[in-house]
Amino acid sequence: MTSTETRSTARGIDPRGPRFTASVTLVIFAVALLLSESAPRVAAVITGVQAVFFAIGAGLGVQKTPTGLFFRSVIRPRLAVPTELEDPTPPRFAQAVGLVFAVGATIGFATGAVLLGQVFAGFAVVAALLNAVFAFCLGCEMYLLGLRLTRRTA
Amino acid sequence: MNPGLLILVLAVLVAVAFGLHRRRVDGRFGPVDEAGQSPLVEEVALQPSRDHVTAWSSVTATLPSAELGQQATLVQFSSAFCAPCRTTRVVLADVAERYDGVAHLEIDAEEHLALVRALDIRRTPTTLILDADGNELTRAAGAPRREQVLAALPSSSREIP
Repeated sequence: MTSTETRSTARGIDPRGPRFTASVTLVIFAVALLLSESAPRVAAVITGVQAVFFAIGAGLGVQKTPTGLFFRSVIRPRLAVPTELEDPTPPRFAQAVGLVFAVGATIGFATGAVLLGQVFAGFAVVAALLNAVFAFCLGCEMYLLGLRLTRRTA
Repeated sequence: MNPGLLILVLAVLVAVAFGLHRRRVDGRFGPVDEAGQSPLVEEVALQPSRDHVTAWSSVTATLPSAELGQQATLVQFSSAFCAPCRTTRVVLADVAERYDGVAHLEIDAEEHLALVRALDIRRTPTTLILDADGNELTRAAGAPRREQVLAALPSSSREIP
């Protein structure tokens, strides 16, 4: 017997979509890091574009980002039908966490605080790689710890 | 080395090491390491005294209508931003269905933060296995596989033929 105390969502998205998006994110931050020393302004533009992607993902859902749309229209039709669907809420939350890192990196690169920008981009690489390779959502996991530390119990 | 490249290499190494570590420990049930709560001590423990606080008494303080399984109870903590919680729910519900006297209870961690603190839940999903008296036998963080759950059940649990 099973009793449930959680909210449930019926709709689902293909879990490979957010992982594809995370792979692209990983490449974008890696390129930004490699250019950050010689051309910090270019790095700022790259992470700025990524910040816009994240903002779309956090606001409308990860499936609405340019990479999400590309996945749905070009990649998914070439793949087998997914064995299971995923709740879109966790990856959407992860996009909001990513937005914080992308904004931090952009501010660092744009204002000449290159090391600060590199540290933010470094954290973003860690999170994106864990998501792309291990299907592990770092932001989702930090969420409960954050609640435990910050929110008073009603 | 160019600092940007150095940070990139470091970030990749940290992520791979952390990911591999997590893949190894996720879903693994271990002994409870709180003082006096190890499974060995519990087996010889006397009848719980009236003020003895079990994991189950903490649960029912928050959720009075929850029912304890006759043999064992699988208490799962989940949250909305948690994809592996879904997998865990399927596995635990299946075990509860097939095994006599085994109950599955899923609790929203976000809505019950006091209980989360009382039972020291740090991530979702976390699965607690309670014995027939509501004492915590063991727990696992991360999605456990079916075999891992079965191995951690009390030996008195029998599969429904």
